[in-house]
Amino acid sequence: MKIVVPIKRVVDYNIKPRVKPDGSGVETTGVKMSMNPFDEIAVEEAVRLKEKGVATEVVVVSVGVQQAQDTLRTAMAMGADRAVLVLSEESPEPLAVAKVLKVIVAKEDPGLVILGKQAIDDDMNATGQMLAGLLGWGQGTFAGNVEVADGKVKVSREIDGGTEDVSLVLPAIVTADLRLNEPRYASLPNIMKAKKKPLETLNVADLGVDTTRRLTIVSVAEPAERKAGIKVETVSELVEKLRNEAKVI
Amino acid sequence: MTALVLLDHEDGRIKQAALSAVTAATQFGDVHVLVTGERSVAETAAKISGVTKVLHAADALYAHEMAEPLAALLVSLAGSYDQILASASAVGKNVLPRAAALLDVQPVPDVVRIVDADTFVRPIYAGNALATVKSSDSKKILTVRSSAFDAAPAEGGSAAIEEVAAVENPNVSEFVAVHLSASERPELDSARVVVSGGRGLLSEEKFRILEPLADTLGAAIGASRAAVDSGFVSNEYQVGQTGKIVAPELYIAFGISGAIQHLAGMKDSRVIVAVNKDPEAPIFQVADYGIVGDLFEIVPELTEKLK
Ligand SMILES: Cc1cc2nc3c(=O)[nH]c(=O)nc-3n(C[C@H](O)[C@H](O)[C@H](O)COP(=O)(O)OP(=O)(O)OC[C@H]3O[C@@H](n4cnc5c(N)ncnc54)[C@H](O)[C@@H]3O)c2cc1C
Ligand SMILES: Nc1ncnc2c1ncn2[C@@H]1O[C@H](COP(=O)(O)O)[C@@H](O)[C@H]1O
Repeated sequence: MKIVVPIKRVVDYNIKPRVKPDGSGVETTGVKMSMNPFDEIAVEEAVRLKEKGVATEVVVVSVGVQQAQDTLRTAMAMGADRAVLVLSEESPEPLAVAKVLKVIVAKEDPGLVILGKQAIDDDMNATGQMLAGLLGWGQGTFAGNVEVADGKVKVSREIDGGTEDVSLVLPAIVTADLRLNEPRYASLPNIMKAKKKPLETLNVADLGVDTTRRLTIVSVAEPAERKAGIKVETVSELVEKLRNEAKVI
Repeated sequence: MTALVLLDHEDGRIKQAALSAVTAATQFGDVHVLVTGERSVAETAAKISGVTKVLHAADALYAHEMAEPLAALLVSLAGSYDQILASASAVGKNVLPRAAALLDVQPVPDVVRIVDADTFVRPIYAGNALATVKSSDSKKILTVRSSAFDAAPAEGGSAAIEEVAAVENPNVSEFVAVHLSASERPELDSARVVVSGGRGLLSEEKFRILEPLADTLGAAIGASRAAVDSGFVSNEYQVGQTGKIVAPELYIAFGISGAIQHLAGMKDSRVIVAVNKDPEAPIFQVADYGIVGDLFEIVPELTEKLK
């Protein structure tokens, strides 16, 4: 069974995002970019399934700018076998990404597609569900545990009140939550090896997919800044403030 | 214009967050709601103020709000509606994007403000920026942040209930089991007071020091990701970018450093209190009241003084 893992290049999670002065978006030039943290978890899960003998090949796919190559190389250094870069404008929407991924899935014919649950730039949390819808496949979103057996995948999902177990017919979609696993660091020899692994580049325009944006950005603004308050010395003082000043208790 | 709201429920109770989605929907016009499960859930829904019709999908296929059959049902009903909404809950986030893809719509997740029928405000980058987006889709599909809209009153309405028949099951998924953690406390995402603990709580056993305080305040308990990953509490307690978004009247953070991913989930609280032994902890930059000190001394003292 082949596993496809879509990965996105995003502003590194350690960087505090800055809104551009003209309000057109968030500054990305000159900012450290990395693999979306949830996608590292997705890659790790796929590589583990290969190591267990459940999967035979792990293919990573990114839709984005040329520099997403680096992100794909990182995934290959973690153990993915092969990469596909679909060149496109900076940030296609989940609907467009899902349509592109549907074309890739038709070509690759995987048994499982593992995505991240959400990209930490646009915080959409939608692409996996949308791809599942377009393909008519089952979806195990927000996965905390994944087990493949007998033509099915059993997914334990993180939900609001606890967890939920679902069983999906393969092929299926899984989206990785934080607690699915802890991604490995790529070793230096593996980073070197990854440089020689195959990376195919396609153009989104050649895939026959309409990626016209449905959501246009009117403006992007900083949220109201919260001011630091005061430090109190004692618990009694805190209780007094909460009662008489903030009036919350 | 008529909007349809998918009302999610748990254990037969309509989620508080779903009532916020109803409030958001009233900004468009008439509001119908879709509920699954027992007839009693539909009867409760019919009383929600502002709801004019309840669509009740009683078929067992929908009892667990599984995305595959439920999205198919939403698609079959979508023709009559200009907007489809749900709360930005685990159910809303699972089901709506799937339905949106089937309807060729780009959904707008986590809406915090409806500017007009096409224009919405939503946080991006863990709430470090607010994007105003305009949707060109003729049908709008939105999930709504409950922290940004008041809950619609649970009483006051008298909507008609219409039974809807099941549509064909895509038959690719099966519900196996659900494990809900039993709690007598208020729901985290709608509690008036939240008492939260981080890595500073040290262990599962020590984390329980927060329980008497939460009981005294009638508060929900929350946690940082570090506390959840370390196994002090289970995943549904996590507050933050990828956990629950809360905006209570009072949020008290113990032993939480204040990483941006955590702040994303609580910085809209009305009053924030932080207790941390490190005077430089970033959490103090958003706290109205801070105490620098050892939480293991402060928590019992605070509990005692509030009794
Ligand atoms: C993709 C992604 C998503 C994430 N999503 C979330 C999320 O949704 N929610 C979230 O919370 N995090 C999230 N994180 C993790 C986040 O970056 C931080 O790692 C996490 O919030 C840290 O938790 P903490 O503050 O409990 O731990 P730490 O940062 O380790 O802080 C512990 C604090 O406790 C204090 N302390 C220790 N002992 C005591 C004592 N006895 N008395 C008083 N103070 C004490 C210390 O001074 C310290 O400030 C995410 C990270 C990533 C990469
Ligand atoms: N441009 C992209 N290229 C490849 N994968 C993507 C892209 N955008 C989103 N994804 C995948 O979809 C997941 C969810 O993203 P989102 O729906 O944007 O929050 C991510 O974690 C990735 O696995």
